Amino acid sequence: MAKIVVDVMLKPEILDPQGNAVASALPRLGFNFAKSVRQGKRFEIEIDGEPTPAQIAEVEKAAEVLLSNPVIENYVVRVEK
Amino acid sequence: MRVGVITFPGTLDDRDAARAVVAGGAHAVSLWHGDADLKNVDAVVLPGGFSYGDYLRCGAISRFAPVMQLVIDAANKGMPVLGICNGFQVLCESHLLPGALTRNSDLHFLCRDQEIEVVNNQTAWTSSFKQGEKIVIPLKNGEGSFQCDDQTLAMLEGEGRVIARYVGENPNGSRNLIAGITNEKGNVVGLMPHPEHAIDELTGPSAQGLGFFTSILNAMVK
Repeated sequence: MAKIVVDVMLKPEILDPQGNAVASALPRLGFNFAKSVRQGKRFEIEIDGEPTPAQIAEVEKAAEVLLSNPVIENYVVRVEK
Repeated sequence: MRVGVITFPGTLDDRDAARAVVAGGAHAVSLWHGDADLKNVDAVVLPGGFSYGDYLRCGAISRFAPVMQLVIDAANKGMPVLGICNGFQVLCESHLLPGALTRNSDLHFLCRDQEIEVVNNQTAWTSSFKQGEKIVIPLKNGEGSFQCDDQTLAMLEGEGRVIARYVGENPNGSRNLIAGITNEKGNVVGLMPHPEHAIDELTGPSAQGLGFFTSILNAMVK
């Protein structure tokens, strides 16, 4: 069994109010390390066996069509060992 | 004239939308998300709410509902479609309209009476208004901030495809105060605030929302 991970993030130029809220909450709790925070989504997809290039291509397509909105988001597909 | 109102799981405003359609003078036809049947309607309203619980992204899953495949085809052939709030989000996710609706810039869910200016009265859904007419209708959403890239914004502005703007302070961070836009042909309109809640002064801030629902009759008579 393998796990394919799709990370979806807002494009850098799109305002991320949730990330900003997290960034301003951190120092209130004494965490002073963050210059900025961006919040995204992570999808973990389990498949049987090792993924073939065709399966990866299918996941890429699903990321483009459903998992992300290409108007405002970027995605990265990777296989987790 | 038959105007369909689609109900998705999680839709809230289908009853009010159907009531507004009737008040506008048309016959309201209930459409179900799971049916691949438009029941011979002449136009469609995608009402507000939280279709599919807003899971993934607002409107992202509704876009693939069986009835939406027919709506997308019909809209591309010129059928008038009005998406209100969540319906606007569905239209953007369906790529019938450009851009996307994102989280309000201050993260608050807003629910208030909002003044907007109708800046394009040439669409199927805005012809009852005067150009530049200011109306007050409810605004109630958490993800109403209209966003798009600079090129798309310039295209929308250049082609007069912004149909309504917020008046006064920007309520949600929308680019250029955009409250609503239309497609190239002017048959598809997306609007964040809710005209269907403003058709009767007894229950709404005004009856000025009715104009969207009488406009569609004008569009059909032409």
